[in-house]
Formats: sequence, structure tokens, C-alpha cells
Amino acid sequence: MKQKKPLAENGMLIAILSSVLSIIVGLVFGAILLLILNPAKAGIGISAMLTTGISSLDQFGKVLYQSAPLMLCGLSVGFAFKTGLFNIGASGQYTMGAFFALVGAIQFQLPWFLCLLMACIGGAIWGIFPGLFKALFNVNEVITSIMFNWICMFLVNLLFANMPTMLASAWGASNSDRSAALAKANPGAIIPKAGLDKLFGNSSWINISFFIAILVAILVWFILNKTTFGYELKACGLNKDASIYAGINANRNIVLSMIIAGALSGLGGGLYYLAGTIQYVMEKSILSMGFNGIPVALLANSNPIGTIFSSLFISYIQVGGSAMQPNFSSESIDIIIAVIIYLAAFSLLIRGILTKILSGNKKKEVKA
Amino acid sequence: MNILANIISLTIVFAVPLMLVALGGMYSEHSGVINLALEGIMVIGALCACFTLQGFDRSGFGPAHPQLAMLCAILVAGLSGMVFSLLLAFAAINLKADQTIGGTALNTFAPAFAVVVTWAVQGQGLTTIQIPNWIRITQATFGLPAGNGFLDSLIFKYFYLTTPIAVLLFFVAWILMYRTRFGLRLRACGEHPQAADSVGINVYKMRYSGVLISGFLGGIGGLAYTIAVGSGFNASVGGYGFLALAVMIFGNWKPVQILGASIFFALFKVIAAYNSSIPFLPKLEGLKDKSSLYQMLPYVVTMIVLVFTSKHSQAPKAEGIPYDKGTR
Repeated sequence: MKQKKPLAENGMLIAILSSVLSIIVGLVFGAILLLILNPAKAGIGISAMLTTGISSLDQFGKVLYQSAPLMLCGLSVGFAFKTGLFNIGASGQYTMGAFFALVGAIQFQLPWFLCLLMACIGGAIWGIFPGLFKALFNVNEVITSIMFNWICMFLVNLLFANMPTMLASAWGASNSDRSAALAKANPGAIIPKAGLDKLFGNSSWINISFFIAILVAILVWFILNKTTFGYELKACGLNKDASIYAGINANRNIVLSMIIAGALSGLGGGLYYLAGTIQYVMEKSILSMGFNGIPVALLANSNPIGTIFSSLFISYIQVGGSAMQPNFSSESIDIIIAVIIYLAAFSLLIRGILTKILSGNKKKEVKA
Repeated sequence: MNILANIISLTIVFAVPLMLVALGGMYSEHSGVINLALEGIMVIGALCACFTLQGFDRSGFGPAHPQLAMLCAILVAGLSGMVFSLLLAFAAINLKADQTIGGTALNTFAPAFAVVVTWAVQGQGLTTIQIPNWIRITQATFGLPAGNGFLDSLIFKYFYLTTPIAVLLFFVAWILMYRTRFGLRLRACGEHPQAADSVGINVYKMRYSGVLISGFLGGIGGLAYTIAVGSGFNASVGGYGFLALAVMIFGNWKPVQILGASIFFALFKVIAAYNSSIPFLPKLEGLKDKSSLYQMLPYVVTMIVLVFTSKHSQAPKAEGIPYDKGTR
């Protein structure tokens, strides 16, 4: 007979509890900070942060729309985590994916699904470098990823500036500092809304990208848990030496894992910029979307299915954050995210304490 | 000739933050803690120091005693960086946290905190903190007549108190690491903490010292960077903390080589920032947005250099691994 595990030994439950705990601590910290900075407006700020996401169907549509790229960046970071790599380069892969998607859409006039494929390729190319440099030259993947984030940003700016048809100015607009609006350049490259906009009160944000992202999350879960390849990747992450001893080609797996992680981030970039509502503006600093994949992955404990929920949460408070302006800057949200990441750094300790508390309760119950 | 003087002095003023922060990273890593939070520490140091300078400017103390005020600002930068690095030290040493994730948390926190606080102090949307112009050391500081010759450009065009202090801290680092008991013990904790502990060295204490010193240097580095850029503090240090980590790896975790590496990278950074006014660079006619190309250069060069040096890198063996007394 299959016996139910005791509460304290249920790893999944402990992981969820510790994530909820770090979210609560993060939110309380953020609220206290707002109270200190501007006590008079803090109430408005906090309620804007917590309720904007469900204040209207339009805003809820925005939450779903933003959660799709976040989910993919989270999947990317989580996938690399499983192989024991820290993919801080999701931002660069995301940017490269966005660039490839836009090139496909504007330069080659491809339909949206081929543009998304281009995005995957772009991200994968950018993911090769950290993996390859780690496997061949023993360069720490964190440093490589960070350097390639910067290289990507400047390279994409340089390429945009030298591809005149890509710019908005080639399609009847006056500004040359951003990519062309897809509605003018290639309406076929815009990700279809499939009637969702009617359902969401004519929200300009919503499209099927959220559902594409969920499908990808399920696919990643399948690869990690139901295939030999996924097993090998996880073995490398848990103990590289032992997996080499067992006959697994660790270097090949490191490179492959980073390529897949890159493709995931790249797809995220494609989903975000092919919605038709946003144009790529030449950036002076690295896009934050990829970095926000880190808390998404950490909150989900790198579980692909958990990523769906954690990306919804991060997207939700970000939509709330932009509604906090002008009373507070939207960066207040980043502080909350930072607290959540900080707590995730010693999540093992928190989980240990939670297990102790739960099993302690159990013993008391038995005594009583 | 004046252009050459400009390039040299600019290179020095950009090398100062790189070297300080890379030295900071060196202390931390030799003690066994990877300090990815240097970027965030720089931001916090620069934030506090810039507010201090602004305060001195308003109160009139600054213009009256510019270098004394500057010295105070440098100390504020160092101390605030130190306090901020305590967060990393606590997580990495006491809680045995993942050091990379902990560092990422601090890097996320610092720029957001800087924007939020700057808004709160200066008003909504005013993100830039202006730096007063009296902080520069001029000929007048030494009672010399103002001039425009080669030596004047070379020495006085970009001369700030951070430069001599950086030179001082460089020698301190070299002596401390290789000529004192403290340095030997610090390095032991990064190489083999169990062995260090078994001969009576308090590993936790040494690691705290390593991280706190790196916080001090990182904070000063943040101020030095903000001064070098010259357009005020904007809640960012432009990835210099990460570049400094690359400099540290290129410099093989050794002070003298770090000095060389930081000058090398600073030169590329200067070429990137001032490519239009340097006459001997290729013109690249027909290419638009050349500045992006030049701005990309330091990072590309970093990668190439790391590819060639990392195979034989002498990284501290125990870096990144939390020390648990039970593993002794």
C-alpha cells in the first residue's frame, strides 16, 4: 500500500512554503521602505503595487503579456541551474533573440512563428559562448555571461544603426532610434490575439504568448524529468565528477544546456517584441528582463511548472510598480525582488528551519 | 602632444576605480568569498559619497576646504560600501548561502535603492546627483600658476584626491598580502580553510575581514568611477564592478598584475569613450554609430584575454565554497 508521506518530508510543500515566506518578507520590506521614504503617500503606493494587476481586465492582460517573457527567462535560468550553471546572461540572450525576431519580421518579412524560431536561434547562438568557454577554456560562465550581456547590447545597437530598413524612420515614422512598428512593417509578424482581446475588454496587451510560454514550460519539464538527456543534465549539476565517472560527457552537456537556456531566453525576447505594442529602443543599459528571470527561477526552485506561477507573481508586482509612479519610482519593485533573491540565496537554511518547525508540530500532536 | 597628455591622464583616472575595485575583489576571493556584489557596492559607495559632497557644497564647508571635504567623502564611500558588504558577508559566511546568488541580490538592490533614495531626497524624476566642481586638484591647490602646457594637462587636467589615495592603497595591498601575517592567514583561508582552522586561524573572522575590506575598496571605487565619468551620479556604475572582476582574474589575483591589467582596460575604455577626438584611430567611413563599436571593445578584449589566461588561472582553491567547521 502506498503510504502518504508526512508533511515535513514533503519537499515540494517545503519549497513552496519557503518561496511564499520570502515573498511575504520582500513585500513587508518594500512596504516599510515606502513608509520611511514618504509616509503620506505610502498607502497609495502600496495599494497601487498590490492591486493594479487586477484593477482592470486591460491591466490583467498586461500581467499575462509580461509574464510570458519572464517565464521563458526564468525557464532559461532554471534550466542552467539544473546543470549547475548560473546563467546571468539571460539578458543578452533575450536581447539577441529579440533582435533576430525583429530582423525576421522586418528585414525578411517572415510570419510570426518563423520569427519566433529566429528568436530561439538568436538566443541559442548567444548561449553557446558561456557554455563553450566554460567547457574549453575553463572561463567562469558568470563572467562570460556578464561580458556577453554588454557585448550584445552594443552589437545590437550597432547592427540596428547600420540596417536602415529595420528602423522606424524607414516606415514613415520620424524617429530613427528604435525598430519599426510591426503594424506598419509587417502585420503578419505580430503574434495573433486569437480573440483574447475581445475577452479582455479590448486589451492592447494580451495575445497567445502566455499560452505559448506555458507549452514551453511543460516541454522543459518533460525534457528534464522524462528523458535520458534531462537525467544526464541533472546528474552533471548534482555532481560533475560522479557523472563523468558514470560515462556522461559533461562538457557536451554544459554546452548543450547553455544553448537550450539561450534559446529559451531568446524566445522570450521574440514573444515580447513581436506583440506589436512595443518597439525596440536603442538601449544605453542592459535590459532588465533577463535579470528578472533569476528571481523567477529561484522562487520556482528551478521547477518548470513552478516557473509559470512565479513569473505571474513577478509580472504582477511589476505592473503594480509602474502604477506607483509618479509618487514612487518603479525601481521600488526591484528592491522587493532583491530581497526575494537574497532570501533565496540561503533557501536551504530556510527550508531546514521550516522542516524543523513542521516536524516539531507533528511531534507535539503525537504527544497530545 | 596635448592629446597624448589627455589620453594618459584619462587612462589613469579610469584605471583608478578599476584597480581599487579589483583589489577589493582580490581580498575577498583570497579569503574564500566570491564577491559578485562589487557592482552594487560601488553604487552604494558612490551614492553616499555624492550626497556627502552635495551636503558639503551647500553648507559652504566644501568650497572652503575642498580636499578635506573630499577626504571625508572618500571615507564615507568606503565605510558605506563596507556596511553594505556586511550583507554579503553575513549571507555567505554565517548562513552559508550561495555566494553568486547573494551577490546578484545586492547588485539588484543597490541601483534600485539609489534611484528610490535619490527621488526621495531630490524630488520625483531627478535621478542625477551633481558633483560639485571644487573637488578637482588644480595648480591653485599647490599655489602654482595655471598653465596649459604638456605637464599641466598631464597632471592637473583630471587630478583628484582619489588618485594618490589609490596609489597608497595599492602599496598597502601589496605589503598586506605578502609581507604580513594577516595576508598569509587570509590567503590560507581561501586556499584550504580546513587546514587554516586546524592551526588556530578563525576562518569566519578572516573571511569577514576579506569581504569588509573589499566593501571598503569597492565603495571608494564607486566614487572614483563617478568622478572619472564626470557627469554626475546616475544610480549606475556602468558595469565597472563586473569589469573589475575580469581585471582581477586577468591579474591572476595578484596586486602588481592587477595594476597592469587595470591600466590596460582603462586605455581601451578611454579609446571607447573618446574615439571621435583621437586622431590616429581608423575613421571607418560609412559605418554608423561607431561609438557602439568602440564601447564594445573593452568587453571583447576582456573575453579574448580571459580565454587565453583562464586555463592557467591561479584562483584561490576554496573560493565560493561556504566553510563548515564540520568538514574539518
